[in-house]
Formats: sequence, structure tokens, C-alpha cells
Amino acid sequence: MSGFVIEMRNISKIYPNGTIANNNVNFSLKKGEIHALLGENGAGKSTLMHILYGMIRPTKGEIFIKDKLVEINSPLDSLKHEIGMVHQHFMLIPSMNLAENLILGDERSKNGLINKKEIIKNANEFGKKYNFNIDFSQLVRDVSVGVCQKIEILKALYRGAKILILDEPTAVLTPQETKELFVELKKLKKDGHSIVFISHKLNEVKELCDRLTIMNSSKSVGVYNVSDLSVKKISEKMIGREVELDFEVPEKKLGKSILKVRNLIYFNKLGKKKLDNISFDVREGQILGIAAVEGNGASHLLETLAGLRKDYSGEIFISGVNVNKLSIKEIRKQGLRYVPADRMKDGVIKDETIYNNLIVDRLEEGEFIKHWLIDFKEIKSFARSKVKEFFIKCKDENSEIGSLSGGNIQKVVIAREFDNNPKLLIINQPTRGIDIGAAELIRKKMVDLKQSDSGILLHSADLQELMQVCDSIIILYKGEIVGYVEEPKKVKPEDLGYYMLGVKKDTDVSGVINE
Amino acid sequence: MDNLINLFLSADFWFTVIKLTTPILLATMGAHIALRAGVINIGLEGIMLVGAFTGVIVSGKLFLLGVPIPINLLISVIAIIVSGMLGGFFIGFFHLKLNSDIGITGLAYNMVASGLTVFLLFVFVGDKGASYTYKSLAFPTIEIPLIKSIPFIGEIISGQNLLVYIAFLSVIIMTFVMKKTVFGLRIRATGENPKAVQSVGISVKKVQMTALLISGGLAALGGAFLSMGFVEYFVPEMTAGRGFIALTANTMGGTPVGGMLVTLLFGFANALSISLQLFSTIPIQFISMLPYLLTLIALVFFSWRKMKRNVK
Repeated sequence: MSGFVIEMRNISKIYPNGTIANNNVNFSLKKGEIHALLGENGAGKSTLMHILYGMIRPTKGEIFIKDKLVEINSPLDSLKHEIGMVHQHFMLIPSMNLAENLILGDERSKNGLINKKEIIKNANEFGKKYNFNIDFSQLVRDVSVGVCQKIEILKALYRGAKILILDEPTAVLTPQETKELFVELKKLKKDGHSIVFISHKLNEVKELCDRLTIMNSSKSVGVYNVSDLSVKKISEKMIGREVELDFEVPEKKLGKSILKVRNLIYFNKLGKKKLDNISFDVREGQILGIAAVEGNGASHLLETLAGLRKDYSGEIFISGVNVNKLSIKEIRKQGLRYVPADRMKDGVIKDETIYNNLIVDRLEEGEFIKHWLIDFKEIKSFARSKVKEFFIKCKDENSEIGSLSGGNIQKVVIAREFDNNPKLLIINQPTRGIDIGAAELIRKKMVDLKQSDSGILLHSADLQELMQVCDSIIILYKGEIVGYVEEPKKVKPEDLGYYMLGVKKDTDVSGVINE
Repeated sequence: MDNLINLFLSADFWFTVIKLTTPILLATMGAHIALRAGVINIGLEGIMLVGAFTGVIVSGKLFLLGVPIPINLLISVIAIIVSGMLGGFFIGFFHLKLNSDIGITGLAYNMVASGLTVFLLFVFVGDKGASYTYKSLAFPTIEIPLIKSIPFIGEIISGQNLLVYIAFLSVIIMTFVMKKTVFGLRIRATGENPKAVQSVGISVKKVQMTALLISGGLAALGGAFLSMGFVEYFVPEMTAGRGFIALTANTMGGTPVGGMLVTLLFGFANALSISLQLFSTIPIQFISMLPYLLTLIALVFFSWRKMKRNVK
């Protein structure tokens, strides 16, 4: 006996187009351990785990489960070997209750019928068995993302998984929810479950995991005991160079208000109040952060400010101009730039080249035009300079956006939006799911812009990030500003968490208004 | 006005309402199951038409061969359902296997159906206009004991065509299947989040194909009621947009029961327009418009109410 429940030996995966995603990777998992799998985006961790889960066939290599050579051709095979995966995006049905979601696909009904009361009762008992206290009669759309995450884990356990692969499970959780989840994961570990924990948050890895495997450029860099490495050392090994995890944001005197939002109210299509009487200012040279759990209005707010919604009440002024009736083009002329949360869907044109994506908003102004025709030579040289400035990893500026990794796509979006004299930037989740190196660059660029007197409104699920770069932070809960933190340096992430969960609420948040 | 009151007090009128509701009701159930699985069945109209045609031809041929009537009808029903499932399969195959757009595929099937039925009518009957000269069967009417003797109600409910009862029964069955069975759970889940369904090891395409097959079978039965209940012959385009009305009724109704209420409304308007033609001085063209106009008004009303509720 080797003591490993899983051993992946010399795994290689080469895609038909020649991309090497895994290059002779070894990975092992002990029974009853939580093992972190770390690496930048595109380092090959997802590929490795998808191979283990049967979603991708390896080109070469062997997988041993409890010392037996096995072949895993589909997720159903992996389930037979008691492997379950929790994906980064929730795979749940919003209008159904939690119990129905738990059993979907494995209903265990003798006669093809479903008795709602019975499945809820059974699900509640099942949850208790694993110390998850959840009321399974609730609908998915009514519960928090923290509960959704737990349901996903329970779904895997329900199907008999003893080995859990968790793909960035804490990306959207508050510190409190993360803590709760960790307690539960540790209990599972005690009961003999083994867990692979994929994350970008090194502090969490430090807190939760026993061992870690680091991947870099499709190879495994090494396996370590978590206790042997500091956070700084881990990140160095991940990207192969030193990073400044804590950089100082220089002091900056704030100028006049560049964005004024007054009494903004917005109802969604289902008639739910998504934004509740929101008023605040963003000033020149200021980075104002928005902290909120997903679904509490942050994205609605940013989309509304970017001009994507018009059916709101209240007023928005950019550089003193009321933009309620302006088109997006006219709003952008006021100096607004927008980095959307979903970069693939809203941020870029997937099938277009890097250079076209970089200038897509510029042609109408007459830039890059020569003799009434588009001057591609000029555009390409501009694109080359941006590729260099932002360290965009690509073949050259002619590459299709879709062929880049997430972090590099985001850099293209940032390169476009941060250029050409921005006065106000609306930025939604700029570093979500992208690697430390790219995130570091993006944060630095935000601080640079601040230095040149631009105002920035930033929403991020990563509270560390908010506290690091923001001058002050507002917290949204159920569409309302419930807290205003003037000096983020003086509070702890947990303090923000209390606001985000609705436990704490300030009665007076007028400090964020600058009249 | 007196005429109108007399009309609403007559059992005959309500009997007709139920009768006119039936074909759309069956198709509405077909629209329902497909849409819940996330595959909108635009081909309902064509499927109904093929069903109507199949019923006439199969029952007629078997009649010529001297097959006893009950067996004839049983085989005909099977043939009708199979014809509808073939339609569903056609749409499913193109959409799910060959990745064509489902709306376009449905429209294509409608066009194929309207051309093919005329062509085949000529092949079998030797006439492109109608199958008057071709003896075909109708489904039997059924007298329900006890209920039959209730005054007024009995006259409306009892003595209807077999398919009428099947249609209203299908609403109850559809509700039950959707709410209480594993199959229904999977259909609903597939329509709402196919990725989630895929991730738990269920084949989305299988679920959607099954839904389309059932959808086709139901709609074909609805179509057959036109040619083997209303009348006993086939006329090209005799479905007259009922497949599309079924799609609307399902969307407006939302649930099987809701869909039934909307189709009853349409049946009512239809019956009213037929009766009005007898004693009104309004030009007949306007009266024939009534069912469609009423659908439109209902649609506007529903949307308006929904919007108002949302703004609150």
C-alpha cells in the first residue's frame, strides 16, 4: 500500500492544435487530506482535474485509485470510483427546491414518482449526517451563494463521493461563509474524505490544507507540506518570480466629484427591488470600492452606471453632466470606461484579433483613419505597444482573443478601457479567476490611473483586493448601502463580512456623499 | 341581445365550445412538454396537419380492407401518434443531432407538412382539394352514464367525441407527470438549466428528444380530431393556425391547467363566431376574425397585467 487514494503518474495532455496542457505531471492524494492544487491560469490545473473527473482523456499517463490502475472515460466512471467534482459555476436549478436539486439525476425512486415531503425530509436528514444544517425546502433562487456552494458539495457526497475536487469554492463567499465552509470541510476530512482544493487565495490554502502541489507552465513544480512554505514563497513558486503581495498605495489628495449618484432605484424584470435609494460620489483620484455578496445589487449598480440600463429612477451625473438620457456612446464621451464582470461575453469580441479588440471603440473619433480608410499599420503598432505594456501573453497582436487565457483576455480589456484619457472607470470583478501575476498588474494599473486623477469605482469579491487598493469602501446588502468604511486599512475583512451578510447596518452612510 | 342570452343559456353552445377547444387543447399540452424541456416546438401546426391526414388515409384504407371498426380505429390512433412522433423526431434530429436552429426547423416542418399532405392526398385520393370522395372514419361519441341524465351539464359533458375526453384527461396527466414524477423533474430541470442536468450525468438531448416525441404524439391527436371528429374528411391546411394558437395558449397559461383555460377561451370565441354567423348582420369576415382578435386582446391583457405586477 502506498497510502495514496489517487495517484496520477506522468500525465500528459496534448490538444490536437499542439497546445500542451499537461506535461508529465504527477499528482497524488492521501486518504483524509486536503490537498491544494495551485498555479496560474493556464498552468494546467483544470486540465489535470478534468482528466481525473473523466471530462478529458489524457494523451499519456496512468491513474491509480487505491493502487489499482483504472481508466476513467466519463464523469460517471469517476463517480464509480467515488470521485466527485464541484464546479466553479453552480450547476443548480433556480426554481426548484434544494432537495430536488440534491437528487436530480439520481432520484432513487422505486416507481418513478416523487413525493416532495419525503425527499425534503430525507435530504434534511442527509444534510445533518454531514453536519450541514440546511433547510432543503427552500428554493435555490432564495438562498445565498454560500448555501448553493454547500448544496454542490452535498450533491457530490450524495452520489457517494469520497474524494472531492473543489474548483475555487470560496471565490464568491464572504469571510464568514468561507469560515463555515472550512469547518465543514475539516469535518469531512476527519471522516476520511479526501479533498482537492483549487484556489487562488493563498491565505485560505495556508489555513485549510495539508499539502500542496504547484503547477507552472503545464508541469508540476513540486509537492510540499503547507506548513513548510510561507505565503510569499508559495506565490513565488507559482509564477517563477518574486511578487509584491503588499504594495503601498501612495497618498493622493482627492479632487472634485467625477461621479454623482443620487437616489438611484431600480427594479428588475420580476419586479424585485434591486437597487434601493443609492447615493454616493466618486472623486478625482479616488478608488471607491463596493463590497457585496453576489446578488445584492453590485453588478446591477455598475451596469446601470455604465449606461446598460435605462429604466431606473434617480439621477447620475458624470463630470457634472446628467447622463440619464444619454446613449452609451455619449456617456463614454464624458470619459466613462467600463470593465464588465463577464469578460468573454461583454468585454471582448471573441472571434476577433487582439488589435481589433483594442481599438473597437476608437474608430468613430477619426483615430487610426488615413485617407478615409482604416490604417491597420497604425493600429497594429498601437496594439504591439499595448501587448508589451500589459505583458499580454500571445503569439502576436494578430492572435484571436479566444485563444488567450482568461488573465490575458482581461489584460486586453483593461488595456483598451484604461487608455485614451479615462475620467471615470467602472470596474467589475477585474481579477476574478485570473492568476496572481495578471491580478498584480491590473491592481498596479488602477493605482497608476488614480495618480493621474481618474476616479475609479471598483467591485470585487476579493475583499483583500478591495482593502488593498481602495481609498474607501461602501457595502451593499439587498440593494441598499448598509455601510461606509472610510479607511479600509483600519478594519478587518470580517468587519466587512458582517455588513455584507446583513448582520450590521449603519444608520448614517452620508459620509460617501461629497457636496 | 336576446339571441345572445338564449345562446349562452343553450347547452348546445357550450357543447360546441368544448368540442372546438379539444384540438387546440391537445396541441397545447404538446407545446407545454416541449417548452418545459427547453425545446420550443414550432412544428406543432405541421404535426397536427400530418396527424389529421394520417387518420383519414389509414382509417379509410383499413375500411376498404374490411377491418372491423374498433380494430381499425385502434390501428388508426397508433398511426396518428406515430406520425406525430415522426414529426417530433424530425425536429429533434435536426436540432439536437445536426445543430440546426429549432425555430427554423419547426417552420421547415410546417412547410413540408403543408406540401406533402396535398401531394399525398392526390396520390391516395386522386384529388388535391379534399377527401370528400374517400370514405374515412370518425372516432365514436361516448355517452357517460349518470352524468348523462344531469340536466344541462349532462348535455354538455356527455356525448362528446372520445378524443374530447382524452384531451381533458391529458391535462390532468400532464400536471401529474410534471409535478410528481422523476421524468417530470428531469424535464423541468432540463428546460431551466441544461448544463446542470448534463453535469449530473443525464443526457439533455435524450430528455429533449423524448419531450419532442410526446409533444408530437399529442399534437397529432389534436389534428386528427379535426378530420375524424369535426368532419370526416381531410382538407389541405385544415388546421388553420391552431398549432400556433396552441403555442400562444401554452405561453399565456404557463401551466397545463392555465393552458387549458386559455384554450377554453379560444374555443368559446370560436363557438361564438360560428353562432353569430347565423343571426347577425355583421359581415361574416369580421365575425370569423373574432377568435383571433380575442386571443390578441387576451395576450395584450395578460402582458399588461404582468408588467403592472412587475413594476410594483
